[in-house]
Order: sequence, then C-alpha cells, then structure tokens
Amino acid sequence: MSIRFSFGGDEHIFGEVSESMSLEAFFTSLSMTNAVKAAGIKGVTEICPANASFQVKFDPDVIKPGDLLKEMQGMEAAASQSNASLQTRIIEIPVYYQDPWTHETLMRFRERHQDPARTDLEYAAEVNGLGTVESFIEAHSSQPWFVSMVGFVAGLPFLYQMVERKRQLQVPKYLRPRTDTPKLTVGHGGCFSCIYSVRGAGGYQMFGITPMPIYDPNQEVSYLRDEMCLFRPGDIVKWKPINRDEYDAALEAVEENRFEPVIRPATFSLSDFNKDMAGTNAKLMEALNGR
Amino acid sequence: MAVKVISPGLATTVQDLGRPGFYHLGIPLSGGMDRFSLRVANMLVGNDEGAAVLEAVFMGPELEFTAAATVAVTGGDLPPKLNGEDRAGWEAFPVKAGDRLSFGFLKGGARAYIAVSGGIDVPLKLGSRSTYTLGALGGHEGRALKAGDELPVGAGGAGGGSVPAALRRLPGNPAELRMLPGLYWHRITAEAGKRFLADTWKVAPEADRIGYRFKGGTALDFVPREQPFGAGSNPSNIVDACYPYGSIQVPGGTEPIVLHRDAVSGGGYMMVGCVISADMDMIGQLQPHSPARFVEVTMDQAMAARHDRQAALQRVRHLVGR
Repeated sequence: MSIRFSFGGDEHIFGEVSESMSLEAFFTSLSMTNAVKAAGIKGVTEICPANASFQVKFDPDVIKPGDLLKEMQGMEAAASQSNASLQTRIIEIPVYYQDPWTHETLMRFRERHQDPARTDLEYAAEVNGLGTVESFIEAHSSQPWFVSMVGFVAGLPFLYQMVERKRQLQVPKYLRPRTDTPKLTVGHGGCFSCIYSVRGAGGYQMFGITPMPIYDPNQEVSYLRDEMCLFRPGDIVKWKPINRDEYDAALEAVEENRFEPVIRPATFSLSDFNKDMAGTNAKLMEALNGR
Repeated sequence: MAVKVISPGLATTVQDLGRPGFYHLGIPLSGGMDRFSLRVANMLVGNDEGAAVLEAVFMGPELEFTAAATVAVTGGDLPPKLNGEDRAGWEAFPVKAGDRLSFGFLKGGARAYIAVSGGIDVPLKLGSRSTYTLGALGGHEGRALKAGDELPVGAGGAGGGSVPAALRRLPGNPAELRMLPGLYWHRITAEAGKRFLADTWKVAPEADRIGYRFKGGTALDFVPREQPFGAGSNPSNIVDACYPYGSIQVPGGTEPIVLHRDAVSGGGYMMVGCVISADMDMIGQLQPHSPARFVEVTMDQAMAARHDRQAALQRVRHLVGR
C-alpha cells in the first residue's frame, strides 16, 4: 500500500492509505499518526487517524506545507512495516435492539429510506440474506467489533466487524440523511456500525439504543471524569443484547451515576487475527468475561 | 460586572479563537466564524485578541450591562443602538450600568461580533470558552443564549478607536472563495472540474456554523469505478475519512458543503478540495441566497493570501495602537 498524500488547503495534509477498508489500512494510518505525534513537529496542531486514512492540521507560518509533506513522506516506509499489534481494551456495550425510540424516529423518516414498507432492521436482514431480524441481531452481536475511527461528532466510534469479509454486514445509508437521530442510537452504514454520541442528523440505519453514555461534556459520569469521550481508535467492542427491563435498570443506574461499564484490558495482533479469527475472538471474550 | 440577556437574537453564542487539539475525538475547533472581525472587536475594547465575545447571526440580541464598560461591534452590518440611539459599528463606545444594547436590521454580511472590555468570562472548557452547540460543550451552558441568561465579564482595560471601512474585510458580489483543488478532486471528470469552477453558486438555507451548503451549480460527473469495499454505493461515497476545515464535500455530486468551525470531523463523502484559510472569515459573512464562486489557486497563492490577511490585521493593530 502506498499512501496518497494531498494538501487540504494551506493548513492540512491528508493521507489516504487505501481506497478500501481493511484493518491493514487502519494500522498503517494509526502508525503514521503515531509517528507524526512522536516526531513532535513544531506547528502541528491536530493529528487525526481515520479508518483507512489520516489527517494532520498545521500552522503554515511555523512549518512550510512542502517541508511537512516531505517529513511525513519519510515516515511512510517504517509505518507500513510496523508491527500491527495493540495493548487495548474490550468494552461491553448493552444494546436494546428494536427499541421504541429509534422505531419512532425511523417511522418519521420513512420517505428517506430505500424500503419504506419495512423497518431498518428488517431491511438490513433482507439485504444481508439473513431472513429474520433475530438472525440479523445474532450476526450483529455475536462477534466483536474494532473501533477504527472516532469522530463525525464528539466521541462517536466507527466500528468494523471482526469476521471474514464475506460475513461482514453491509447496509446502504439512508437515501437522504435524517435530521434527527436519538442520542446513543446504534447505527450502521456501509460496513461500519456506530454509536451516535449526541442527538442530531444521521444517515446510518438504526438498529437499537444503548443506555450507556459514551460522551459527557460535563465530565460527571463516573467513567468519563478524566476523558469526556470514552472511545479511542483500537478499542474493541462487544454488543450485549438486552431487553426493556434490563435497559430500564441500566438507565436508572446511569441516572444515579452508579452504572459500571464492563471494560477489560486486551491484546490484539492483526497477524494472529488474520490466521485465526474465531480463536482470536474467543480469547477476547475470555478477556471480557474473565474466564 | 455582567451582561444580562434581555432577548437572545437568533443564535447568539459565546466564541473565542477556538479549541484546537481535540479534532481526533470529533470535537471541532469552534470559535468565531469570522475571526478577523472577532480579533478587531477585542482590539477596540482593549482586550486580548482572543478574548471571548458574542457572535450574533442575522439578528442581534438585546443586552443590559450591570456596570460601566467599553463595547465594540464588528463583522457584518448589524447596526448597534445604545438605549435606542444609533452607535457606529467598528468603533468603541462606553456603556454605563443599566444601559441597553440592541440592534437594527442586518444590512450586510451575516454575523456580528460584540466585544465587552474584560471579555465574556464563562468557564474554560478544554482550554477555550467557545460554544460547540452540537456537543453541548463550552460557552454558556454549552448552548446558544436565552433570555434571562447572565454572563460574567472579566476585569477590563482601556479601549477606544475605530476602524475605517477600507480596513474591514467583507465578501464581494459574487463572493469569490479561493480554493485549492485536491483530496478527492481526481474522482470527478476534467469537464466536471471546469464547470464546478465556472458556475456561480448560491448559498443554500442550510448554512450554519457546521458548514455552508451551496446550490444552483451543475451536478458533478464522476470518473467511473467499482466502489471500494466499505465506501458505500454512491459514486460520491468514500470510506469514512477525516474532513479538513474548509473542505468542500459534494454528497451525491449535487450541492457542495464547505465545513466551518463546528465541522463534523469526518464522514463518507468525497471532497474536491479546500477553501483556503484566508477566505474562511468571509464564508461566515455570507447570507443565504447570496452568490458565490469557487476560484482555483495554487499553494503559493494561498500562502500569499494568508499573509495579506495577516498584514491587514497588522494595519488595524497599528491604527488602534495595540
């Protein structure tokens, strides 16, 4: 993979590792941004890794655009050969699939959907050849997902499914984006799932909702006191389907600020994962469940 | 000292020069859309150029001061009135306890910057007082102002002076937004690129601090390709990537959107390039339905324009004696 660099105006350098999504492309972009960070280049103000690309913002009065570009091009060889492994975390996210709030919202925006006669989950099950909503939820929640980007809005994770490509769920985005999405909606567009951290516009299909806050600008939620955003690239997520009673109980715990998320340390190696996905995922589940 | 909000205007927010360093988490810079005007407003009242001010859009607020201070209003032509009497824009004027500042109808531009000596002293959040409304972060309770709000003001210094029209910066008609083609420019045909730059666009009603949408130009033709895995099925889709400030995305190839200070940090639409840093202030002064063109420049021209803007600010500093 050779990185395609481009200037974004006079204040950004944009690098596309690959046109298509893969964990290999993610790790190269992460290595590039880590290398830029480690170099401590004067004038660099923002360093943003993304799914298969990255971006650096800089002050061209401090470092000339051409000089920074040369410096970053010099990092490419090392970054693309770096060891694609991480000390990371696995985080359990409870999801109330087919909840009444995303259902109410999707009904309001039916005319913007490919298949107005069906719900987002029914449509997603159909286009993935899974027959029923229940089988789709099983396919969505049985294996872990990899946080390959954080952004769009504050703290929103993009999640890449950790299964063979032929099993990866893919669903088109809405034909026209909605102007409303409930906060903490679990959505999906293209090959990515996401959690909407704030209420607002969105184009991803809506599958359910989590009671677990992932962004807190007031830093009052017990596990968001140090960092207002829960997720960082490289985190691993396991969805845990819950029912209405479990959702209500979790929400009550959140409101009383005694909700304790399940977050465990985990290691991830891309080469081990590519050799044995089922085995890697089983180990991650052991790390999560403490067995 | 405090500023009481009698009526809030349309979407008046507290803004400073912004909150760098958190874009990788999806938290944008925020800060004034027209930072030239924001800096000048602060200079006129004797503040640091980066002190927090109020940014009003299209319609001014009505404010009451609880103590004496110096005030200046810059940016678009939103005529200030003190206790109902006209005051000049781009000029410092004194206020006393109990005085009320209101505004006439907008005559030009889109956003006004209201600086008070001492600066609006809301708490710093991640190093800035700017409001990021979508993320409910910063400013006054993370939101646009409401009637009844009371904003603390810091201890002020000496202000004074005015800035003649020749030293102000406002967009032309049509506005010429200089841009550096790049990013995913290669995804559109050469013919589509030419038309994009030749067309006169109009600002759409969907124009806010996140981004400005433009309509009325020719839809873009894309270079045919098999869509890459993960990108999505529309030819304007890419695997979700970072969005630079000023980047021009064209969802579906139809209506370009230029991202601004409250930008979404990334997403799955191709971008044809970026508006250069020197012209970002001007976007904040465009009203819906006003005409605009995108003008291609080189990096050297972008840097020259950047230095011109800095020189213009420097002239104001000399004039105001800062």
